Amino acid sequence: MAKITLDNLAHSYLPKPSREDDFALKELNLDWADGEAYALLGASGCGKSTLLNIISGLLHPSQGRILFDDHDVTMAPTTQRNIAQVFQFPVVYDTMTVRDNLAFPLRNRGADPAYIAARVQQIAAMIGMESTLDRKARALTADAKQKISLGRGMVREDVNALLFDEPLTVIDPHMKWELRTQLKSLHHEFGHTMIYVTHDQTEALTFADKVVVMFDGRVVQMGTPQELFETPEHTFVGYFIGSPGMNLLDAEISGDKAVLAGTEISLGKGFGTLSGKVELGVRPEFTSLTSGDVGLPVTIKRVEDVGRHKIVRADFQGTPVNVIAKEGAEISPDMNRIVFDPAGVNVYADSWRVAPKVA
Amino acid sequence: MSLVLEGVSKVVNGLTHIHPTDLELKSGTMNVLLGPTSAGKTSLMRLMAGLDAPNTGKVIWNGKDVTGMRVQDRRVAMVYQQFINYPSMTVYDNIASPMRLLKQSSKQIDTAVKKAADMMKLSPFLDRKPLELSGGQQQRCALARALVKDAGLVLLDEPLANLDYKLREELRAEIPKIFEEAGSIFVYATTEPEEALLLGGNTATMWEGRITQFGLTPIVYRQPINATTARVFSDPPMNFLNITKSGESLAFGDDQTTAAAGAFAGLLDGDYLAGFRPNHLELDKPAASAMKFSAKLQVTEITGSETFVHLDHHGDNWVGLIHGIKNLKIGADLTVFLDPSLVYIFAEDGTSIAPASYATAA
Repeated sequence: MAKITLDNLAHSYLPKPSREDDFALKELNLDWADGEAYALLGASGCGKSTLLNIISGLLHPSQGRILFDDHDVTMAPTTQRNIAQVFQFPVVYDTMTVRDNLAFPLRNRGADPAYIAARVQQIAAMIGMESTLDRKARALTADAKQKISLGRGMVREDVNALLFDEPLTVIDPHMKWELRTQLKSLHHEFGHTMIYVTHDQTEALTFADKVVVMFDGRVVQMGTPQELFETPEHTFVGYFIGSPGMNLLDAEISGDKAVLAGTEISLGKGFGTLSGKVELGVRPEFTSLTSGDVGLPVTIKRVEDVGRHKIVRADFQGTPVNVIAKEGAEISPDMNRIVFDPAGVNVYADSWRVAPKVA
Repeated sequence: MSLVLEGVSKVVNGLTHIHPTDLELKSGTMNVLLGPTSAGKTSLMRLMAGLDAPNTGKVIWNGKDVTGMRVQDRRVAMVYQQFINYPSMTVYDNIASPMRLLKQSSKQIDTAVKKAADMMKLSPFLDRKPLELSGGQQQRCALARALVKDAGLVLLDEPLANLDYKLREELRAEIPKIFEEAGSIFVYATTEPEEALLLGGNTATMWEGRITQFGLTPIVYRQPINATTARVFSDPPMNFLNITKSGESLAFGDDQTTAAAGAFAGLLDGDYLAGFRPNHLELDKPAASAMKFSAKLQVTEITGSETFVHLDHHGDNWVGLIHGIKNLKIGADLTVFLDPSLVYIFAEDGTSIAPASYATAA
């Protein structure tokens, strides 16, 4: 296992990049700690695959260095990086048995047969395939094949890192739960450094110790799931994480007061005087409906019952606002105001979070 | 308008893809087919469209038997998981293509194309080729083409499955609005329970070639008529345990017994299957009457505002979704609670005996 350092790294697919816009991956410095599980989260085209390809050695960066345990591997080919990779679609030798598929990476490196037998058995138990070890891979379902890919990725204990590129895309929702839980226990048990690329926030948040959120070629935040939920550093993180994402409302702020389309509310903490585009960001989970004169006036447009809670779609002076209400909550027609839980209010200037002033 | 399936079935190479199925869909409704891969969703849609002929049964459209009628002769539109557009045509021409086939006037076409493009937020891209668009825009183009066709029956087969999560969320919110206006019969296949709930309308849960229940989406979710429907319509999966009722007490097969209160009081003595949803499991005792279980904690997952706990309860795998961030020790014994009014009771064969009492209260 290794610590991975990205030092001053940037990449452009153009031969002579001159402006920042030319870079698919903007300059970044990042340390990935040994033994942690990371998720790389973002929409298509945000640069997450570019970054993964640089880490795996499929792509050499136009600028900067990549270090494994302080050892420069920037120009080293994939084969010398000692990493295991699992892709979106299963990569399995159809004519081999499950056992031989799992043993393949160990046999390739000339490991001791007794060790191989024991290790394959251990991995098979983890992925729940002990009873199918002697079957040919060909006859198995896509789910089972992807389990083999995951197991084979995990079979070597001496890899520097394990890279997963959208590994659960082809898997049914119920099986996703099972596989993700297995991955999580595998990480708990073996402590590999893991990097998991996905566009699915649930996968990213539930899998990772830390999530790296990318937007437009830039890492906009690296944090624990709780940090991303409670204090998104960029409005994109607020929008991208959460279903629905964070409510964003134009505001004028001075001190601990915010004025939103003519209505003043107290923020409970001071922010000084802000310039640029100032917005208040509040997640639907911290927003509640009420009736009376307190709070922001809204009109309810639609109530969606999504089972474990309700999503109320409302309108505040032309800006859509979402509220999450409890499963059994009554949404009565006289509810015409929203109020915010002060603990969940964040302030943004030109899309970046402004920390409140310490009193 | 209505579409009626009467005892429709399909067998391919000796394998039953669809068991005899009855279903009635009305105009202006959104109907979700929910089930895992190979439950029969696509097979059923192909029978509805007339792309495949059923082995038995009839397809009736507006009271007229259309079984065996070619799909070209029916007003049907279909959108697939893979974005299908004509790569050499502009977005405008792609959207216009079904109307041109019907030889409509260019003025009619122009009006319809612009309206559909506007709904699908494609107006700025009408001169582009599909491959110059993002994945989401390409799928919007395919959806717009389905819309202008003015089809009575629109079939959407996992149309958002290949899109990014966030984009899916946005299109999913738009689709019901668009289709409410259009007035056709919409059928939408998905593997995801949450998608069915967000789309609303009606849901038919499917499992191994059968519709296990059909009704208003929230009703099917809250009052499943059998354990299979409950299982299909839950993500994270519903938790199950075997219970035995004898006299005043309930046993859970783990040496624990509790008083047979609430819905359990009226049960005849015997063995049952109990089911409950992950979000109803609690770490703090909610009420004096709550049932208590001890289980081993296997894994926790933190979503940012909630914690998933994966539990081993005497060999049964359970998932709990707990509000807030909980740092718990893996491998530890954990005591969890459940309000009996949130428990579904099924007979051993899976037939519902009593839906959870909370679900029928509203």
